[in-house]
Amino acid sequence: MGCPVVIDHWLARRPTIRSVRATIGSGLSRIHSVPLKVKLGGAIVAVLGVVAIVGPLVTPYDPAAQALRDRLAAPSLAHPLGTDELGRDVATRLVYGARISLGVAVLVTAIRLVVGTVVGLVAGFAGGIVDTAFMRLVDIQLAFPGLILALVVAGILGPGLTSIVLAISVVGWASYARVVRGSVLSVKHNAYVQSSKLYGTPRWRIAGRHLLPNVMQPVIVLATLDLGTVVISVASLSFLGVGAQPPTAEWGMMVNAGRDHLRSAWWLITVPGIAIMLTVIGFNLLGDGLRDLLDPDQQTLEQRRRT
Amino acid sequence: MFDNWGISGTLYGGLSRLWSVTVVAFGASLLTYGLIYLTPGDPAHTILAQQLRREPTAAEMAAFRADQGLDEPFVQQYLSWLVNVAHGDFGSSYYSSESVRELLALHLPNTAELAIAAIVVAVVIAIPLGILSAVHYDTWIDHTAQVGALLGVSIPNFWLGYLLILVFSLGLGLTPVSGSGTVGHLILPAITLGTAMAGIITRIVRTSVLDELGKDYVVVARSKGVRERLVVYKHALRNAFIPVVTIIGLQFGFVLNGAVVVEVVFQRPGLGTLLVDAVFARNYPVVQGVVLVTAVLFVLINQLVDLAYVAIDPQIERGVRS
Repeated sequence: MGCPVVIDHWLARRPTIRSVRATIGSGLSRIHSVPLKVKLGGAIVAVLGVVAIVGPLVTPYDPAAQALRDRLAAPSLAHPLGTDELGRDVATRLVYGARISLGVAVLVTAIRLVVGTVVGLVAGFAGGIVDTAFMRLVDIQLAFPGLILALVVAGILGPGLTSIVLAISVVGWASYARVVRGSVLSVKHNAYVQSSKLYGTPRWRIAGRHLLPNVMQPVIVLATLDLGTVVISVASLSFLGVGAQPPTAEWGMMVNAGRDHLRSAWWLITVPGIAIMLTVIGFNLLGDGLRDLLDPDQQTLEQRRRT
Repeated sequence: MFDNWGISGTLYGGLSRLWSVTVVAFGASLLTYGLIYLTPGDPAHTILAQQLRREPTAAEMAAFRADQGLDEPFVQQYLSWLVNVAHGDFGSSYYSSESVRELLALHLPNTAELAIAAIVVAVVIAIPLGILSAVHYDTWIDHTAQVGALLGVSIPNFWLGYLLILVFSLGLGLTPVSGSGTVGHLILPAITLGTAMAGIITRIVRTSVLDELGKDYVVVARSKGVRERLVVYKHALRNAFIPVVTIIGLQFGFVLNGAVVVEVVFQRPGLGTLLVDAVFARNYPVVQGVVLVTAVLFVLINQLVDLAYVAIDPQIERGVRS
């Protein structure tokens, strides 16, 4: 992606040896230093993704199969991460839980992203009263502790995965709308947007072809970081009891089930907790790294500090 | 909000603040009220079935609805609730004779105590760590601090709570496992809630100090031979703290979110546990009361943060900075 730009840049500047070196040097340092976070985060997320997809196919146990004789068994060869209070294999439940956690997180983030982006595009592009109305809605949403609202919404809708998908989506689209609106406002007066307006290009087409590409970078960064937040929200709500319901294997619920056996079976809360933490670390690293890579402001700050 | 308020001074600012508190409180209450109204299932049936431990008769359900005003149309229900709230009457719990106001008054202090303690923990960890991280930019100190901050934001509150209980209460026997009332009861919940926040605040402090240290006035101060310690602690920090104050204020919402989970983990009687119990029992007057109070508190705190902002940075009031 960066290659043609660099070449253009060279031609324009008629490179001296020093400037070529500098360009190559900064290119190398970008490859070498910045994406460490991206690599690490990407690796964690990739491993989790593979576990979620392939894991359930290779585990020898059923996540809901109870074996009361083996209940609360400590980690062993047969059960590498022990068994829970109903004798179910914790490793198996962990692997199935990855499907739920990642699946729900991706779904919720996608809903937030689409709703927020559409609202932001419409508000920024339309301006006037539409803009004011939408942004007032955004203010109200951002002015409220999200998890509490999600808890209430999910509780009223009735406990279940569908409820928390809806609830967490409803309380989290506003930051996308704000970011997208900001980007739209910054490009909508550019000549290429104005001229395509003059040509009579339909509005939805201008929005799709000219505005959307400009807002995608910040939105992608936001979404990656958001995935981590959503994983914690889903787990928290399930922990509180309004999310996934038994016998579904879900990480937050597994922690909840383990709380009664803190002393006798430490692995019951430790294992799903580590899984949640690693997932969130993965998304946070990836998001941070992508921001370093894509956000020019931040980059110049860092570069200024380096030289 | 800021752009209106720099220009026309305190009165306008005060009014616009009041207005935004009202709008949010109104929005939050309308949302919860509307949701409850739209919910499938009859609250009268759910609640009576739980109270009587048998299937309620149609007459009993009708009596309950009439008693709670549930048979009136939505707008009328909502409006009369609003009027009552304006008079300080939040209704009463479906299950006990206690008024929602009493319940709130009983639970709010515990949550406030937890919130303040958590913010103290967060600030005590985050500010030194963030400054060290920035001053020793790109050294092992910085890297360690950054990894710490990443862990802080990535560890789920409820899990950290149980880990702390496992180690300090069950393992070492230093603190009580659950409940509230003494400092001992407060330590672990405050640490649980505070560390997550500390992660976020550390990053902001670091970025903000780094930003200031790169500015011209710092270069000038250094070039005229001001000692590095003075440059950092006298010149740069004061300016660096402006965004930090905002973030600490914004974290208040985070505290309320986290308090729900932490209170459940440590079984502290607070707004969080009150809300969770009420949600499961479909005790709607209590749910509405907690949501409204939380919303108003949250917006009020944000407004106070704005004011603090002006106190630290007089430029905002003069309209220099927007």
